[in-house]
Amino acid sequence: MMGNILVYSDNNNYACELLSAAHNIAPDLGLSVKALSINNDDQAERLVLRCIEAYRIKDEAIQIADTAAVASAISQAVKQIDAPVILLSSNRRGKELAGRLAYIIDGGCLTDVGGLRINEGKLCCQRNALGGATVATQVIESESKVIAIIPKVYDMMAEGGKGTITDIAVEAEPSGITVVEVMPKVKDSVDIEAAEVLVVVGQGLESQDDLPMVENMAKTLKGEIACTKPVATDKRWLSEERIIGLSGKKCNPDLAILLGISGQVQFTVGIRDAKTIISVNTDENANIMTMSDYRMVADIKDVVPELVQKLG
Amino acid sequence: MNIVVAVKQIPDLQQIRIRDRRPVLDYVPCVLGDIDKSALEAAVELKESVQGRVIVVSAGNGEIEDTVKEALAAGGDEAVLVEDDTLADADSSVVAKVLAAAIRKIDDVGVILFGEGSADNYSGRVVSAVAADLGYPQVGYAKQIEVDGPLARVTRSLEDSDEIIEVPLPAVISVVSEIKEPRIPSVTSILKARKKPKAIYRLDDLGIEIPSGKNITTISNLAPVSERKGIVVKSVDELVKILKSERRLER
Ligand SMILES: Cc1cc2nc3c(=O)[nH]c(=O)nc-3n(C[C@H](O)[C@H](O)[C@H](O)COP(=O)(O)OP(=O)(O)OC[C@H]3O[C@@H](n4cnc5c(N)ncnc54)[C@H](O)[C@@H]3O)c2cc1C
Ligand SMILES: Nc1ncnc2c1ncn2[C@@H]1O[C@H](COP(=O)(O)O)[C@@H](O)[C@H]1O
Repeated sequence: MMGNILVYSDNNNYACELLSAAHNIAPDLGLSVKALSINNDDQAERLVLRCIEAYRIKDEAIQIADTAAVASAISQAVKQIDAPVILLSSNRRGKELAGRLAYIIDGGCLTDVGGLRINEGKLCCQRNALGGATVATQVIESESKVIAIIPKVYDMMAEGGKGTITDIAVEAEPSGITVVEVMPKVKDSVDIEAAEVLVVVGQGLESQDDLPMVENMAKTLKGEIACTKPVATDKRWLSEERIIGLSGKKCNPDLAILLGISGQVQFTVGIRDAKTIISVNTDENANIMTMSDYRMVADIKDVVPELVQKLG
Repeated sequence: MNIVVAVKQIPDLQQIRIRDRRPVLDYVPCVLGDIDKSALEAAVELKESVQGRVIVVSAGNGEIEDTVKEALAAGGDEAVLVEDDTLADADSSVVAKVLAAAIRKIDDVGVILFGEGSADNYSGRVVSAVAADLGYPQVGYAKQIEVDGPLARVTRSLEDSDEIIEVPLPAVISVVSEIKEPRIPSVTSILKARKKPKAIYRLDDLGIEIPSGKNITTISNLAPVSERKGIVVKSVDELVKILKSERRLER
């Protein structure tokens, strides 16, 4: 075979997901799958358990937080490994890395890619466009392609077989940044993507004091609570893991109850695959009303307590 | 030391209609991206500590002159624009080259701010390509920035952690929307914005080579099919019935 698909992520699970994505397209493209880890022995070990030829860069001068340095290191690895296709994860580090790497190797680049398909020998990438109003199918025309794939779209490749690890050396090009402190985020273990029922709150919820009643409602319905972006990032009433939408999660529950949400595209892209949508909003002209199965013009402060009581 | 903010003109996404699954962009007004406005607000705040100017940079078709007035009303001191009809839907790699060339024309650049993603394309590619083109370090997803002499101290918000990074200037920094709530410009600042200086370049003025072919081709761009019942619910009792019939309560 000629050439390789090279897989890299700073995140171990995402790297294993990318292996699945790569194996899906590799035969049709006539490429082999290779993986790269940088200063991450755990990851290299995990890659090897998946029967992969893994390459390993070990160099203290390359900090993972230094996007410029990581991009430079991967660009040098790509030359040694001969990889016309590079798959990265579209988490924040990966997205940032993709554009820089593509620039250095003079390749084309797409990030936030939600699916890969081969059509007439071409590698087609699906991604949201116009803030999520549409889904575009795009092809990178240049020889080198850098593609960042949304986490959790592909399942992690299962273990099996024993691969190899080859150490490679690159010239470190640190950009001069210093990591002063790393503060882990308090993790919310919720998995809203797995919930069958979601009660989703937007900025129509006037006060944080109203949150318990909504939580109560979610509990009664055996569902999870989720939210729009401003509720988590601006108001900080719920964790960022509960955001639905373009920069949050894409969910397809059986039932979604949307409370006080206007329905801008960047939100609706994350919920439009729900089987049934119920919306409660004081504004009958809110955009969300047009994409709901059931719509109720009402104040959530009235509806939620009454509903909980009657369901109770 | 000056602060540059890259702002993108986009179609007002709320006003895009879908016909036969295709987006209809005719008569849709142009606006500035939301996260770019937050970047601008962050720039205005930083201005005090660097004693420089806030320079708004944008690449797009002829309408950007008008769109960018909003940024000048919201605290930008001057604008550097690159106008060409092809720039409205050019590849990110081309836009990045153009922006980098425009930024090179500005004196004493310290911090170059971007939104983490444009409101329509949301790819973040332009940020990294500009940083690479200029050869500057970059720090993405900032939710706080302080300038301290020759460096910036940036708190970046990642999925699992916040990182405090010190980066030597000049540097490219992209911001998340929560860094600052954008202001709504007053009428007087809108009037004053008209008089603020604007440098307008054409593609030819920049002395860069733009590749002829497209790097990315779009095969299709369609809205997903969605059929909803659209039933009006009048009371909580009705809602309870619906929830029961959806069999949520028997589980
Ligand atoms: C690049 C980009 C990415 C983005 N990504 C996301 C994303 O992933 N997720 C996301 O959600 N947003 C995202 N956004 C933001 C998005 O554009 C909207 O700003 C956001 O979704 C609006 O949230 P909202 O509906 O809660 O608030 P609003 O738009 O303020 O709507 C509040 C609604 O509540 C109604 N209301 C008010 N009071 C009551 C009441 N008492 N009872 C009932 N109804 C009431 C109002 O009529 C209104 O319709 C993104 C934006 C950009 C630019
Ligand atoms: N045409 C443009 N003019 C000015 N800035 C832009 C342009 N396109 C993108 N940007 C900037 O780059 C950021 C990321 O855009 P994108 O790579 O399209 O997600 C935006 O938030 C803007 O700050």
